[in-house]
Amino acid sequence: MNIVVLVKQVPDTYSERKLSSGDHTLDRDATDAVLDEIDERAVESALQLKEANDGSEVTVVAMGPDRATDAIRKALSMGADKAVHLSDEALHGSCAVQTTRALAKVIGTLGEVDLILAGNEASDGRTGAVPAMIADVLGLPALTHGRELTVEGSTVTVRRETDDGVTVLSAELPAVVSVNEKINEPRYPSFKGIMAAKKKPVTTLTLADAGIDASEVGLATALSTVTSSQPKPPKSGGEKVEDEGDGGQKIAAFLVGQKLI
Amino acid sequence: MAEVLVLVDHLDGEIKKSTFELLTAARALGEPSAVVVGPAGSGGKLSEGLKAHGAAKIYVAETDSSDFLTPQVSVLASLVESKDPAAVLIGVSADGKEIAGRLAVRTNSALLGDVVGVSAVDGGAGATHSVFGGAFIAEAKANTAHPVITLRPGSVEVEAADGAGAEESVEVPAASGRSATVQSREPVTGGDRPELTEASVIVSGGRGVGSAEQFSVVEGLADSLGAAVGASRAAVDSGFYPHQFQVGQTGKTVSPQLYIALGISGAIQHRAGMQTSKTIIAVNKDPEAPIFEIADFGVVGDLFKVAPQLQEEVTKRKS
Ligand SMILES: Cc1cc2nc3c(=O)[nH]c(=O)nc-3n(C[C@H](O)[C@H](O)[C@H](O)COP(=O)(O)OP(=O)(O)OC[C@H]3O[C@@H](n4cnc5c(N)ncnc54)[C@H](O)[C@@H]3O)c2cc1C
Ligand SMILES: Cc1cc2nc3c(=O)[nH]c(=O)nc-3n(C[C@H](O)[C@H](O)[C@H](O)COP(=O)(O)OP(=O)(O)OC[C@H]3O[C@@H](n4cnc5c(N)ncnc54)[C@H](O)[C@@H]3O)c2cc1C
Repeated sequence: MNIVVLVKQVPDTYSERKLSSGDHTLDRDATDAVLDEIDERAVESALQLKEANDGSEVTVVAMGPDRATDAIRKALSMGADKAVHLSDEALHGSCAVQTTRALAKVIGTLGEVDLILAGNEASDGRTGAVPAMIADVLGLPALTHGRELTVEGSTVTVRRETDDGVTVLSAELPAVVSVNEKINEPRYPSFKGIMAAKKKPVTTLTLADAGIDASEVGLATALSTVTSSQPKPPKSGGEKVEDEGDGGQKIAAFLVGQKLI
Repeated sequence: MAEVLVLVDHLDGEIKKSTFELLTAARALGEPSAVVVGPAGSGGKLSEGLKAHGAAKIYVAETDSSDFLTPQVSVLASLVESKDPAAVLIGVSADGKEIAGRLAVRTNSALLGDVVGVSAVDGGAGATHSVFGGAFIAEAKANTAHPVITLRPGSVEVEAADGAGAEESVEVPAASGRSATVQSREPVTGGDRPELTEASVIVSGGRGVGSAEQFSVVEGLADSLGAAVGASRAAVDSGFYPHQFQVGQTGKTVSPQLYIALGISGAIQHRAGMQTSKTIIAVNKDPEAPIFEIADFGVVGDLFKVAPQLQEEVTKRKS
């Protein structure tokens, strides 16, 4: 099977995230960057399918600035075979629709693909739709928010779990599948894996390489524009008391004072 | 006045509250038209509620297709083409986000995702985003016609309004690509408590609650306040409470009048889902727990002593 995994580098959620004051895009320099936690699980799913299907290959695809190579290396050291990195200054500030079209073009350069795996929602943009949007552009079925994923012959089945319930979805390959944070525990890269990753091929594509016109992406032609942004003053703590056997009563008194009960 | 399409979220003949929020928000941009996609007979059951919240028109597309989400996308796409609406409004949910994204890319429209407010700017549509768990407020505008906007539940106060509710049945266009097929569906049915994203009071428990059985302490206090129950990820991962109740970065984003955190340390990812709550109360035995940094009132103590006492006080006041 030819498996593609879409991986995104995101700001570490343990660090304080910011929008830059200039163009209101994500301030990527202000934070540590990591491979998105759920994308790691998509990589793990791909590796499990590869192990179960002889002759499979796993290609990771990332769109992002130069330093997204760290996220790519992580996926390769887990065991992915090769990577394609769409990296071009002109991509900065792309909206979700532009990102979708760009990724779909990159996938188009990869030849015959059986399965496209992705995370269900990236922790920074939280669009929660790019995989389904890519499926729409490519005319492929989208089986999203997978908690379980099985491929038998040419049929893929996903147990979709969201806050609204469980839906079992099926489709014929090729298809797009996104996974949720519960699907598996991603493996840690082994020392051997880390060393091997250094020799694995990473193809860096510019827009021109991927057949994308510069006018199709980037802040200037984005379909939506952030016109202003400001940090909200952080909430500061109020009163804190030690429980002396009357903690519950004190909260009740506070709530009465605030007219909340 | 320009039409604004509102996708109706419904289950078993019931309209979700988020749809009424959409119908209310839509009026800032034009005249709301409700769009119902569902099995045969859906339209009739829903029209009364839609009219009572200002729907001037109700487009009904009845289908028994087992295609996953693509009927909704196709119906909306054909209405965008034929009606040229001022905007399309969809509620934030896993399904809603995907329908919106697909519609935006198919109709070459701006996607304004997960917004907390909608307004008219320079004749177009503008939206307010609350990002990184409310740490930033951003204003965005659409650069295209018929932007697709997803509105976060609970961000708009529902207002009733009379609408003509003229029904018009529409076809589900043939699929433009292949779809996933729905084999089975088990919706989560909300219990007797309010929905997390709709509740004005939420009582949440964390790892400090200790076990699934002991979550009854959280539920007891919640029920005395008519509140929804929430949980931290550690509580969910430990199997104390089901995932759909998780609050935070990978759970629900909530902004109630009152949020009571019991045995929750206040990790940044938990705070991302609740720090815009109007009033925050924390009970934690660790005086250094970061939750106290954002609590309006905090008690350093054992939740198993403090919460039952608070419940007793609340119950006393009610009688
Ligand atoms: C705070 C914030 C708010 C935003 N709001 C909007 C908005 O309202 N409208 C809008 O059009 N854009 C918005 N954007 C921009 C949008 O998030 C980006 O275009 C982004 O690249 C796509 O969305 P996502 O990461 O949210 O994707 P999601 O749909 O949440 O991502 C799901 C999965 O898709 C794959 N994927 C997504 N992006 C990439 C990538 N670059 N490379 C490889 N795989 C990828 C990954 O597998 C990921 O797990 C916003 C960005 C930020 C930071
Ligand atoms: C990418 C990512 C996404 C995440 N998303 C989320 C999310 O959506 N939601 C979320 O909640 N977390 C999320 N987390 C996890 C988060 O980092 C924390 O691990 C989690 O919030 C901790 O939950 P907790 O406060 O219940 O547990 P702990 O941090 O273990 O805190 C338990 C607290 O209970 C107190 N306590 C113990 N016993 C008692 C008692 N008897 N009385 C009073 N207090 C007591 C302790 O003092 C302690 O402060 C995410 C993490 C990552 C990396």
